[in-house]
Amino acid sequence: MSNIAPTIARQALRIASRRYPSSAFSRVSPRVAVSGARRTYVSETKPANATVNVDTAIKAEQKSFFNETGTRPRDATMATTGMSADVMMSPTAGLLKQATIMDEGTRPIYLDMQATTPMDPRVVDVMLPFMTGLYGNPHSRTHAYGWETDTGIEQAREHIANLIGADPKEIIFTSGATESNNMSVKGVARFFKRSGKKNHIITCQTEHKCVLDSCRHLQDEGFQVTYLPVQNNGLIDMAQLEAAIRPETCLVSIMAVNNEIGVVQPVEEIGNLCRSKKVFFHTDAAQAVGKIPIDVNKMNVDLMSISAHKIYGPKGIGACYVRRRPRVRLDPIISGGGQERGLRSGTLAPNLAIGFGEAARICKEEMEYDSKRITGLSNYLLEGLLSMEHTTLNGDRTRHYPGCVNVSFAHVEGESLLMALKDIALSSGSACTSASLEPSYVLRALGSSDESAHSSIRFGIGRFTTKAEIDYVLKAVKERVTFLRELSPLWEMVQEGIDPNTIEWSQH
Amino acid sequence: MSLTQVAKGDMPYQVRSLYRSLLRQSNQFAAYNFREYAKRRTRDSFHEHRAETEERRVQELMQKGLKELQMLKRQTVISQFYQLDRLVVEGGKTGKQRGDDGGIVRQKDTGWD
Repeated sequence: MSNIAPTIARQALRIASRRYPSSAFSRVSPRVAVSGARRTYVSETKPANATVNVDTAIKAEQKSFFNETGTRPRDATMATTGMSADVMMSPTAGLLKQATIMDEGTRPIYLDMQATTPMDPRVVDVMLPFMTGLYGNPHSRTHAYGWETDTGIEQAREHIANLIGADPKEIIFTSGATESNNMSVKGVARFFKRSGKKNHIITCQTEHKCVLDSCRHLQDEGFQVTYLPVQNNGLIDMAQLEAAIRPETCLVSIMAVNNEIGVVQPVEEIGNLCRSKKVFFHTDAAQAVGKIPIDVNKMNVDLMSISAHKIYGPKGIGACYVRRRPRVRLDPIISGGGQERGLRSGTLAPNLAIGFGEAARICKEEMEYDSKRITGLSNYLLEGLLSMEHTTLNGDRTRHYPGCVNVSFAHVEGESLLMALKDIALSSGSACTSASLEPSYVLRALGSSDESAHSSIRFGIGRFTTKAEIDYVLKAVKERVTFLRELSPLWEMVQEGIDPNTIEWSQH
Repeated sequence: MSLTQVAKGDMPYQVRSLYRSLLRQSNQFAAYNFREYAKRRTRDSFHEHRAETEERRVQELMQKGLKELQMLKRQTVISQFYQLDRLVVEGGKTGKQRGDDGGIVRQKDTGWD
């Protein structure tokens, strides 16, 4: 019996909690139902009354504080802590106010697109299947795993060939533009050495290190190399080139777009000249392909080096265009299983090759859109930088790839400016030589002084650069350059109109 | 009304719907540069083809857009898996560091140390 009473009480409570008189209720107490009026003996309590409201509590405290002291808590400073009374009363609110809001990021802006470019998400998307499920060796001809990767690679080859107006069979995959350059320069030279007639190579002083170093190696093997000088604007002189070509010249190697100053060489004229003199023409177009329109047949290029990671593709792959008609014969550096027409043996990396192909396809499709945008951003950046005093653009202004802006800031030390611009990823020249403090050989070849070469910085603009980033860079560069110049006593003299080069320093 | 007729009549709606979903998906990129590029590219390409009247061409472009949308869906997920610190240009709020105010209390000044 003892447990019946609570059950009934609970039932009654439940029924009473309903607002309307239920049938069950009426059965228990017919008297209430008859009268129709609801009678309650306990006043209702709102659930909110039971909880402590922090805000109202703080308000009440503040009010009492004001009543007692006559000052508002936010104006009063507590004696021992030095905090305001406001903070003392509501510790959480006070702490939040004292907290540091991590509002901004710390990662630097990437503005070094000549060194490398980020991989386009579209490229990653095409590569992923070949990194997971489709892992066949593309040279396996006996099963489906090999066939599917092989078709992928052949498609990629076609995309790359389309980008430069070549035939897919003329594209040789290599590990990068450096290998392509080595293969072309050493390959052609060594092939001609076997026949024993031609032993002269022409290149240019502003070439990439890998071409210059290959030439130096060939010099040790008994070749003669002419390093053509460049004019002040970074372009080579066509008359000088023509004069340099001898009957025993076998190869001319001139890069299409310079990696440090972005100067576009007259590739078409050089190609025509070389064709008329029956000399092979190699061009290092790692910085040019996918950025400016290139057609190997129109430009009469016989060998061309291409890199994937400069056109938003993966690192670790490049290509070499080797003309078939008229045929260019090479002595391969890497021998082995005879892949890639026997010019570059070794198993291809399908995911890299396919990513490269997709990057090339996107570049061809988006070239107009990208170049319009990059030109706009580049002009904006250049105007902003040149509006500062004592700044000069290195290289020719018109024959210039807009994505590469190389500017000298006179009376500022370049490395210290780079250190001051830690929030922007920049470089003073090519990435290969950025470890040493030696001034850029490209800028010295242009005839600029060591100081000017030291104080120059390269800005690289690419597909993913935004206007906000350029604004940030302009503001940061202006501030830091002014700061660094203000520190220097030489700058004071320059302001007074004294040229530091004319000063005769007293010798002690 | 046959199914094709419905599809034809609904074309402007479908295009707008694709545009909205592309923009929404682009916003999901964790990386600042890719996010901004995806939004900008979507907007620009729809504006570029805004006067397209030929039905076949519109269909082609729609197919291309749908492919891009699928790619975006996959790539935004990957981007969210491998998140990095934000760039210095993101956020955009700057101010002096002051403790007793509820405003922005941080100014990032890299490069001086």
